[in-house]
Amino acid sequence: MTGFLQRPWIWAYLAAAAAFIATMYVSGGQGAGSLAYAALTFAAFAAIVGVGQMFVITLGPGNVDLSIPATMTLAGTLALKFMATDSSLILPGLGIALGVGLICGIVNFALILLLRIPPIIATLAASFLFQSVAIWSNRGLRIKPPAPLADFSTGGLPGLPNLALVAILIAIAAWVLLERGLAGRWILAIGQNARAAQLSGVPVNAVRFGVYVGSAVLAALTGFLLASFSGGANLNMGTEYMLMSIAVVVIGGSSIGGGSSNVPGIWGASLFMFLIVSMLNSYGLGAGVRLILTGCIIVTVVAFASKRSHSA
Amino acid sequence: MPNNDTMSGTLGVPVVALGDVHKSFGPVHALSGATLTVHAGECIGLVGHNGAGKSTLVNVINGRLEPTSGDLAFAGETPGQPPKGAQRAARAGVRSVFQELSLCPNLTVAENLRIPYRTMPRWGWRALARKTVRAALDEVFPDHGITARTLVGDLPLAERQMVEIAIAFSRRDSDARLVILDEPTSSLDAAIALQLLTHIRRFCDSGGAVIFISHMLGEVFGVASRIVVMKDGRITEDRPTKGFTRATLVDAMGHVASAATRTTSRDFGAEVLRLPNGLAARRGEVVGLAGLAGHGQAEVLADFFFSRSSTWHARRKPHVAFVAGDRSRDGVLPLWSILRNLGLMTLREHSSRGMVDHAQERAIGDTWRERIKIRTDDMTNPILSLSGGNQQKVLFARALASSAPIVVMDDPMRGVDVGTKKEVYRMIRAEAEQGRTFLWYSTETDEILECDRVFVFRNGAVSAELTGDAITEENMLRASFEMQEAAE
Repeated sequence: MTGFLQRPWIWAYLAAAAAFIATMYVSGGQGAGSLAYAALTFAAFAAIVGVGQMFVITLGPGNVDLSIPATMTLAGTLALKFMATDSSLILPGLGIALGVGLICGIVNFALILLLRIPPIIATLAASFLFQSVAIWSNRGLRIKPPAPLADFSTGGLPGLPNLALVAILIAIAAWVLLERGLAGRWILAIGQNARAAQLSGVPVNAVRFGVYVGSAVLAALTGFLLASFSGGANLNMGTEYMLMSIAVVVIGGSSIGGGSSNVPGIWGASLFMFLIVSMLNSYGLGAGVRLILTGCIIVTVVAFASKRSHSA
Repeated sequence: MPNNDTMSGTLGVPVVALGDVHKSFGPVHALSGATLTVHAGECIGLVGHNGAGKSTLVNVINGRLEPTSGDLAFAGETPGQPPKGAQRAARAGVRSVFQELSLCPNLTVAENLRIPYRTMPRWGWRALARKTVRAALDEVFPDHGITARTLVGDLPLAERQMVEIAIAFSRRDSDARLVILDEPTSSLDAAIALQLLTHIRRFCDSGGAVIFISHMLGEVFGVASRIVVMKDGRITEDRPTKGFTRATLVDAMGHVASAATRTTSRDFGAEVLRLPNGLAARRGEVVGLAGLAGHGQAEVLADFFFSRSSTWHARRKPHVAFVAGDRSRDGVLPLWSILRNLGLMTLREHSSRGMVDHAQERAIGDTWRERIKIRTDDMTNPILSLSGGNQQKVLFARALASSAPIVVMDDPMRGVDVGTKKEVYRMIRAEAEQGRTFLWYSTETDEILECDRVFVFRNGAVSAELTGDAITEENMLRASFEMQEAAE
């Protein structure tokens, strides 16, 4: 049991469970099933971008992808515009979204590698570029997703939304990559000491390229699913995922300093991030107070998490 | 300046006297029983190999280090409670110029003078500082062309060094009685160096004392009135310059080379590498990179490694493996276990379809724990739980476990105990006989004597290539020092 408690991801799940119980306390146990279902649905979005962000942050200090919101918006916008509610174009539309992610990732890494801009600046600058393209192509129109796609993204098995299924599969793939894959080892090695990794034959640039492209593709997929889920793309649909993607990585037990990743924690933290908002909602707090409390809770958890890793 | 009357005899009054000074850092005796008196009017040339204790000796004199035992006395000190350390040395008129420059790059030339010159007037010190530093520069380096208002960071390296030297000689509240110059000419060209040597002679003639550390023997002979040779933390020779010739000085610096058990010359395979700077190696050869520390050997090795490996593609069979000497910078991945650290280089070789072969990784780990005797009962323990020497063994194993035909070693024996060293030498020999090529940079002579061919480096270039019986400590020292005399 002590070994179980020492897992860094356990705290994210405990916190999520506490928020769930606190919410249920107010409602007197009403709607537990629907709250869980909603939590799984919304946590799925945070979990997918969180996995991408986790690999980026694992690359070491200074590595963070701030272009996730803009990539989501651009991919969602372009894909929905291309499909134009035509059901037969769903798969090509998905291809468009993933292609947008690929290009965004390449742009990000090109800025980092060729112009030697620090990643945090490069991805922020690139995000203005992506956002501008999205604004230019969208022109204020809100195009609905094709009906089957909307049905898929809002539907699911009993107790398990389709989106959560997708996000769980992605998390499992990420876990396998990290624990069993060559690439995962290389990412962790670079995050601890990039020079030592390179001197041990790790293809440092190829790995970093893959990680930034992977993060952008996952962001694009999230944008596609989110736009389909919410009945159309809009220009600020990615905004909250800037902080969200970083918060779920840190709360999930990955090291901010790089070199250590934690996939199960991403899911726990994503559930927590949704449940904390619904808990504050159920206590009837206004939007302002809710944001303040969310911020305070994140800071507390991060401070706690980093202290824990220091003592370890 | 000290009074010229004291210069009437052949020797002036003592400026500083050390009596049986010891300095140890834990178990390491950096200085054992140094006895030295520096008189006014003397210029002492201090020479010795890397790690002979020169820096420790001058740092004891200038107060940076507190001696573990022994007496240290400065001229003109009143008995009682003298101030300690650097302040005491500064009050006695000891000034130092270090090899690693110690000016503040964000301040101007004049402002840098203000730092050691504590008693400047509160108002109008800038004008005084400019005047003082200008006078000092004019005196040491006529026609220097440096303005006092320039930021030190904007000056080229040579001019920074000139400023630092001038500040050390400058006139201020307390005059310089003893100036310690540690490799002062390393970044100066010949003409400027000559100006400095001329000034040192002038300074000594007027009663000042200088301790001059240089690996340029020509300069030492040109300026020193007495030469002190250090070896293994001891002063082994202390005689007037006239008593030395270049040959006897080089002999005095090197310890008598332990008769190396040189294996009979083997037949090597084809040449596997040749670099533009002349460094070359054949299959199965152990090639040593010698010379004084910091003369470009490590850079050559790192550049070679990067030129034979890609940051975009990992070869299944790597061409080169690297053994780091600077463990924390170049080798150890601190969050990982011993096993993962050891297996990093061979991951690609034993992977299939992008997946790590865990069984193979464990097998390699167990093999090398036995072979190189890593002291742990569990290879999944964190790497940082090991001592430095054992961490180094892991880094050796990481490189040797790979199939790379060339192994590059960047002074890899730091912190390794003698027993392990012998074991690793034997292992390197065995691997070389199997056809592996080693490039081995070492600051320790015993290790270089293990090599089949040696390239001696000086200022980033190969200054000599030694083979067979020519690989001796004397020849290496000669090659590390001699070319500079020709350049002078």
